[in-house]
Parts: sequence; C-alpha cells; structure tokens
Amino acid sequence: MRETPLSNCERQFLVQAIAEKKRLDGRQTYDYRNIKITFGTDYGCCIVDLGKTRVLAQISCELVAPKMNRPTEGILFFNLELSQMASPAFEPGRQSELVVKLNRLVERCLRNSKCIDTESLCVVSGEKVWQIRVDLHLLNHDGNIMDAASIAAITALCHFRRPDVSIQGEDVTVYTPEERDPVPLSIHHMPICVSFSFFQQGTYLLVDPSEREERVMDGLLVIAMNKHREICTIQSSGGIMLLKDQVLRCSKIASVKVTEISELIQKALENDKKVRKEGGKFGFAESMPNQRITAYKMEVAPVDTDDIGKKAEDLISNTEPPSEIIPSPVVRAPGTGQIGEGLQNSWGLDENEDGEEAEDQTMEEELQTMDVKVKSVNKEDPIVLSDSEEEDVVVLEPKIMKKEVKVQASSTAASKKKKKKKPAH
Amino acid sequence: MMQVTQSGSFQHAAVLREFGCEHSLLSRPDGSASFVQGDTTVLAGVYGPAEVMVSKESFDRATLEVTLKPKVGMPGVAERSKEQCIRQTCEAALLTRLHPRTSITLSLQTVHDDGALLACCLNAACMALMDAGLPMHCLFCGVCCAIDQQGTIKLDPTAREEKESRAVMTFALDSTDCRVMMSSTKGSYTAAELQQCIAVCQRASESIFQFYRDSVSRRYCKA
Repeated sequence: MRETPLSNCERQFLVQAIAEKKRLDGRQTYDYRNIKITFGTDYGCCIVDLGKTRVLAQISCELVAPKMNRPTEGILFFNLELSQMASPAFEPGRQSELVVKLNRLVERCLRNSKCIDTESLCVVSGEKVWQIRVDLHLLNHDGNIMDAASIAAITALCHFRRPDVSIQGEDVTVYTPEERDPVPLSIHHMPICVSFSFFQQGTYLLVDPSEREERVMDGLLVIAMNKHREICTIQSSGGIMLLKDQVLRCSKIASVKVTEISELIQKALENDKKVRKEGGKFGFAESMPNQRITAYKMEVAPVDTDDIGKKAEDLISNTEPPSEIIPSPVVRAPGTGQIGEGLQNSWGLDENEDGEEAEDQTMEEELQTMDVKVKSVNKEDPIVLSDSEEEDVVVLEPKIMKKEVKVQASSTAASKKKKKKKPAH
Repeated sequence: MMQVTQSGSFQHAAVLREFGCEHSLLSRPDGSASFVQGDTTVLAGVYGPAEVMVSKESFDRATLEVTLKPKVGMPGVAERSKEQCIRQTCEAALLTRLHPRTSITLSLQTVHDDGALLACCLNAACMALMDAGLPMHCLFCGVCCAIDQQGTIKLDPTAREEKESRAVMTFALDSTDCRVMMSSTKGSYTAAELQQCIAVCQRASESIFQFYRDSVSRRYCKA
C-alpha cells in the first residue's frame, strides 16, 4: 500500500506550530512521550511503548563455532524488522532504505560500543561460543523508531539469562534451566539513542519526534549515549548543516534524557525481578490493562464433555462408509506408475490438420492401449475407419487391442466428421 | 454402517486456559487485537479494504493477504502453512465480494508461543477483523486439542503437552452452526477419536463465542 501523502495545509500547519513552539500533542520541545516497558514470560522478551510506537524485542542464544579471526569472542546478531502491521507503507519482502538505516544504527549503537562483553560468551576457545541473537519487531509506527528500538534492545539484553555452562577438562556441560539457574549476560553499560529532529534548516529543534513531525522535518540527529555521559554513536542525516554549539547542546540534552530513561529501565527490571522471585504472576497476560473497556479477561473455563463419546459414536455409526473408488496403479514402464486416468483432451484436434494431428493421435492411442479400464464410449458413434488416419496409426497389439484402437479412431473420426460437415453445409 | 470399537472411558480433561483479549491497541492499523490463551499471545493487525497492486487485483472480490511472523528468525514453511490455513478460514468468513479490486492485509505476530498457536492466531484474526469493521457472514474461532498417549483428549494444550501427545488437532469453527471450517491435524488417531475431538471442540467454541460477545459488549455497552 502506498503511504498516504501529507497534504500541504497540514505540512504548513505543523511547521508554523513548531515555529511558535507548539507541538500537536501538547509536549514541550525537550519532552519525551510516556515510556512503558513490559516483560514476557521467558527471559529476554520485552515490549517497549514510546507513546504509541511499540517495539517487541526477543533475545535468544545458541552455541556455534566462532569467527575465524576472533576465536575467543562470542557473536552478536541484530535484526530489526518493520512489521507490516506497523504502517500501511511497510510491505513484506522489500528492503527499504529505512530498514537498512535502522539496522545499521542498532548495530553501531550496540555492537561497536562494546556494551556487551563478548569475551565472556566464549565457552571453548576456537570451537564453541555463544551467539546472541537480538530480534526487534516494530509493531506500531508513531515516530522515533530508533529510540524505542534501542531501549527495547538494551532492556531485553539486561533481562536475558543464558544457560549455565561448566567445563571440566575436555567435557563441556550445558545445564537446562531446571538443573541450574540461567546466568545473565555481562553488560558494561547501557547505550540509549536519543533523536533530535530539525526544522527550517536547523532553526528549530524537537526531541522525540512523532510520526507527523518526522514527515515534515528537514533532518535528524541521533546520539547514542550511556548514563556515564559517553557518546557511543552519533549520526546526522537529512543533509542539514549543524553548527558545533548546536551539536554540543544536543549532547547535553541527550545526557539528561539518557539518565532519566536508564533509571526507568532499571526500575522496570527490578520490578520484574521482584515479581519473579516472589512467585507472582508475570508475563504479557498479566500486564494487560484490566481497567480499560477494550480489554477483557475470562477465567479458566471447564467444558462439558459428558456425552461426547455417545455423540461421536452416533455420528460415526450413521455415516456411510466411503465409496470404494481406489484405482489400482498401472505400471507403464519400470520406474513409472500411474493411478487414475487424468483428463482427456476434449478440444477435438481440429486446429492442425496435418501430420501433427496424426502424431497426436498415435500418442493418444498408445496411451489408450496401456489402460486397464476401457473408457465408456458413446456406442452410438459410427465406427467408420477413414483412410487418411489409418495410415499413420501404429497398432501395437493388433489382436487384443484392436477394439480400443477402433474406438479411439472412431471418436476422433466422429469429431472430424462433425468438423467436415460444417463446411459442407 | 461402520463398525465402532469402544475405546475405554471417555474421561477427558476438557478445560480451556485463561483467555484475554484487547482491541484497538495499535493506532496505525484499521483494526487490531491481541489474544492471550494462558501464556500464548498473538497480536493481529488488519488494513483494509485498501489499494491493491494491479498484479494481485481480483475483479470481483477483495484480495486477502495473511502474514504470520515468528518471534525469532525468518518465517519458514511452518508459518507459511499456518498462513494458508488462516487465509482460507478468513476468506470463507469475509464477504469479499462487497469490496472488489481492494486488498485486505492481515498481519499476525507471535508474541509468545506456549501451545495452541494456530488456534490463538485464528482467534486474534477474528477479533482484529471485527475491530476493523470488515463485513463477515459469520465469526470464527480456533480451538486446539491434543490426544495424549493414554487416549485422553486434552483441550487447549500447552507446548509441553503438545510435545508429549500422540496427535494435535486444530479446528476453526463458525459461529452460526459450530461447524468445522478448517482443520489442521498432526499425528495419528482413529476416526472415532477425530469425531470425539470435533465434538469437544464444538462445546469449547460455545464458551469462546460467549467470550467474544462479552468482550465486545464490555466495550460498546453503556452499562
């Protein structure tokens, strides 16, 4: 589906409102939307809502052979997908620029910043290392995918637990979660992306642009930072020319925002840890808002199965057995079998009146002679053997199959006759 | 008349897990719903009727596309086969002839798989289509049941129960007569067991349809 184009009046309205320091949803220039983090039942699964933008993150791990040039390091694999439900413009199977750009930013933010200790993912140097796979799915696009994705990724990585491994000499034992508690990943710091959108050639700046604001912006500056005020990645796109003090100002704003968001993530992780420890219920089912009228829950419901057996028996005893039409297989040649007869060419062979027709006929007749069952043929067709056809006919077993040859010839003869009749009349 | 052998007692553990659903939780799609069965959660989003590519256009009806995405990895053959099952059920239920030369896109995302995934996808799909306001001539629901090694029928199995069972069956049933619209089965079972499973699922579908009605009336009724 094509993206609905933005009308000129809407564009003008947005730009003018931004010039007057007003945003559509009433936020201030440096305000973030509400961030909500919920965790799933298994470790490493979380959903982050940044306003209405929703991202699902899932971490999984696998033991694989390490890369040749890095035998003692684990492997990190990132994959961000824009689901088709996130926006009508996203179509499956087409790698748009946006997907490539976002994936590259996620990789730079999390891999190049070395926030995860890959050395600790090594099990047997040169042979077995952990491959950590980060899958991010965008579920709803309401602007600022990058921030939501980076929050979801780092939160899920902090939440994830990998199976415990013990090495005794040559033997490596991987314990299941039931045998030994799984172990968290070793994470040095938490890089979080903060996006700044620029309007009117860099005159106005907004933090955390919504989808409408993204449509009218001139350029985007993304700064990935951790709470120790270290910049992990910085990217400026859109071709806007920024001054040095503008970039420095943005980095100061980013450090404030990152501190707030990091606190939020820590709180969410601690809450989840507490609930799991106390044995309470956790997971997406629990985090469904009960008070909303759009959400509804039903308790465990027993189903009455008292007379199921009798009902099923009645049904089976009342149905008729299937009619026996199992055709027996026919072996044409060693290695080839045929079940059933397939469809017959009912077009009448009246287009090419030359040799081709005769060839078709011979092929058909050869086929017919091999069949076990004789087709029911309209006995009223006159069995006339016309001369022109007979010459090209190859009769395989003249004694036994002559009858069928006649029948076939008659049906084509009949059709030919019908055709021949037409010009005559 | 076919011979029927009596297969022991008919004590079946027929209990549906805790259900939950939320409508209109995403702002971009025309209709969206999240359906939770125990721990299995599926999110569905519907766009339509909308513009269709000329290559996929159908002159007399709407073209329905279904996509199911797993949480980890690329979609494989299992997802494709589930998509076909869901697509055939939706095509049978939707009044596609009312919107010719348009497309209806249904996207499903597995949020957590703890057994009965295809049934949960069908339920989420039906709720999302309802939320989008697409005309249907009947509602449908998905019910999953498993036959374990002892021959007991277990309704709405968890992932562990599915693994340990001899046969797993998923049926899509319609709301008007509770008849089977689609069936997808795995494993070996007798004809009698199949009929028993269908009968159990039909009973279960009554509570599922009541759940649909209750959730919609909670949203739209003033009281």
